[in-house]
Amino acid sequence: MTDQVAADAGWADPPPRKGFFTDTSICIGCKACEVACKEWNGVPDDGFNLLGSSYDNTGALGASTWRHVAFIEQPAPSGDFRWLMSSDVCKHCTHAACLDVCPTGSLLRTEFGTVVVQEDICNGCGYCVPACPFGVIDRRIGEQGTKNVGIAQKCTLCYDRLDAGQTPACAQACPTQSIQFGDLDELRSRAQQRVETLQAQGITDARLYGENPDDGIGGAGAFFLLLDEPEVYRLPPDPVVTTRDLPAMWKQAGLAAVTLLAGAAASFLGRRP
Amino acid sequence: MTVSAGHARRRRGGRDGDPVVPDATFTSYYGRPVVKAAPWENDIPAYLFLGGLAAGSSLLAAGAELSDRPALRRTGRLGALAGVSLSIAALVHDLGRPSRFVNMLRVAKPTSPMSVGTWLLTLYGPAAGVAGVAELSGLLPRPGRRLVGVLARPAGLGAAGLAPAVASYTAVLLSDTATPAWHEAHRELPFVFVGSAAAAAGGLGMLGAPTDQAGPARRIAVLGAVGELVAEQRMKSSMGLAAETLHEGAAGQLMRASRALTIAGALGAALFGRRSRPVAAVSGAVLMAGSAFNRFAVFEAGQASARDPKYTVVPQRERLEERG
Repeated sequence: MTDQVAADAGWADPPPRKGFFTDTSICIGCKACEVACKEWNGVPDDGFNLLGSSYDNTGALGASTWRHVAFIEQPAPSGDFRWLMSSDVCKHCTHAACLDVCPTGSLLRTEFGTVVVQEDICNGCGYCVPACPFGVIDRRIGEQGTKNVGIAQKCTLCYDRLDAGQTPACAQACPTQSIQFGDLDELRSRAQQRVETLQAQGITDARLYGENPDDGIGGAGAFFLLLDEPEVYRLPPDPVVTTRDLPAMWKQAGLAAVTLLAGAAASFLGRRP
Repeated sequence: MTVSAGHARRRRGGRDGDPVVPDATFTSYYGRPVVKAAPWENDIPAYLFLGGLAAGSSLLAAGAELSDRPALRRTGRLGALAGVSLSIAALVHDLGRPSRFVNMLRVAKPTSPMSVGTWLLTLYGPAAGVAGVAELSGLLPRPGRRLVGVLARPAGLGAAGLAPAVASYTAVLLSDTATPAWHEAHRELPFVFVGSAAAAAGGLGMLGAPTDQAGPARRIAVLGAVGELVAEQRMKSSMGLAAETLHEGAAGQLMRASRALTIAGALGAALFGRRSRPVAAVSGAVLMAGSAFNRFAVFEAGQASARDPKYTVVPQRERLEERG
């Protein structure tokens, strides 16, 4: 069902849906993915700051950060100390709020089932930014002349590389195969095996995030194996595509509109001056 | 306070003594937001106000036209013309690439309230514009004067037909996001916004028309103000944790100011609006200010709710726990 997204969007005979499985249990925090993404996609810098958050000086996903490695230092279940490291990315949702709310049609579902911004169409209205339940997409700010300044930007799952049968730059650069790229159904079964293996080894905190087609976004095209609750990694625990409630919202707006019309009419009733 | 990642952070939730909202314990990544705040500036709340003012004014103008109140019609039509012109200017100014404004007209998407709104304004704007220009026809060359004279009535009535949608869709525009205080307000926000639009337009009518013609303006202003205040109260009690953002910080101050102005303006309109033109004019201006403050308050509350991960994480965590 969810792997039919490209066909549902009107693509005739699309290739299998592509995605990422990011296994954070083997992430070593090298940030090769961040660098490879910047280099391949020509993403400008968004400041060089010391943020005081462990080894994370990137901060968050945004218009000029399409892979973001989170670093968490916390007491380990064994009583010692442990690192959690996780490379976050656009989820390429089955039900993508950014795509739903885009008023220009700039955001597009590709034949690979991914979600990309067509940079020659986006007019920078910014609506996709608050719509995303993961806080991924953003409008690029910068000096005049900065590439794609003023328009919405995010991970494209390296659309150009997919077109050429290549692996996205981040997955290609990952030295531990923490970032795995492939057909989504195959990645899902691989992830299921991996989480079962970890559970059997006694790592009971291991869980998958975003792999379930029945969740509030219809399942993510880029999903994760986590070792703690999602919010520890800055991921929402129960994301829901905002447009799920849109029919109810239009209904309320319709009722309010009728109320206004009735109120206006009533205001003209009564005694003439 | 130093906030480290992966550790539970305890913060007071709710106002002192508020039994409805329990203390929130939650985990975050260095206290950083989960969702992103809209990259919008004051253009957008200004548009929410101006669009509502224009829509309400078109309704008043049409009623005035049909009931032969020329001064009220003139005020309404000119108010709608000014409101919609400034609205469109604000909307274009807010774009990251203003020169690409026309790309909004590439598609019509019911899943995008902004697309729906664009098409609404594309129909409403020219209609309200023609009706407004007709009130200034003394400034036009003779052939233009005749044309707008013929078109004014159908254009004005057409604008009034679209006006209720123009006034209410902006609530959906905000609610159809992951911004907690906007999304959680989706049941009542359209009623708050149409009430606010009616109060503002009624206020303008009281400001611009003599008291003997401004009766409908007074009535719609009072109805709108009461509707807005009631809907707002219901909204605050149905929003859950995110309602805090309407009480605290800049949004809280704006909301309190809006309430005070709206109540004062409505009382002035109801008690003295018929007898005294100066009091009617001041009450009208106060109602308009109350409506504008309301829009800025709702806007700022949403931005505050997006910037604090509490409003994203805690309700979602509760939802998961309820589901088991």
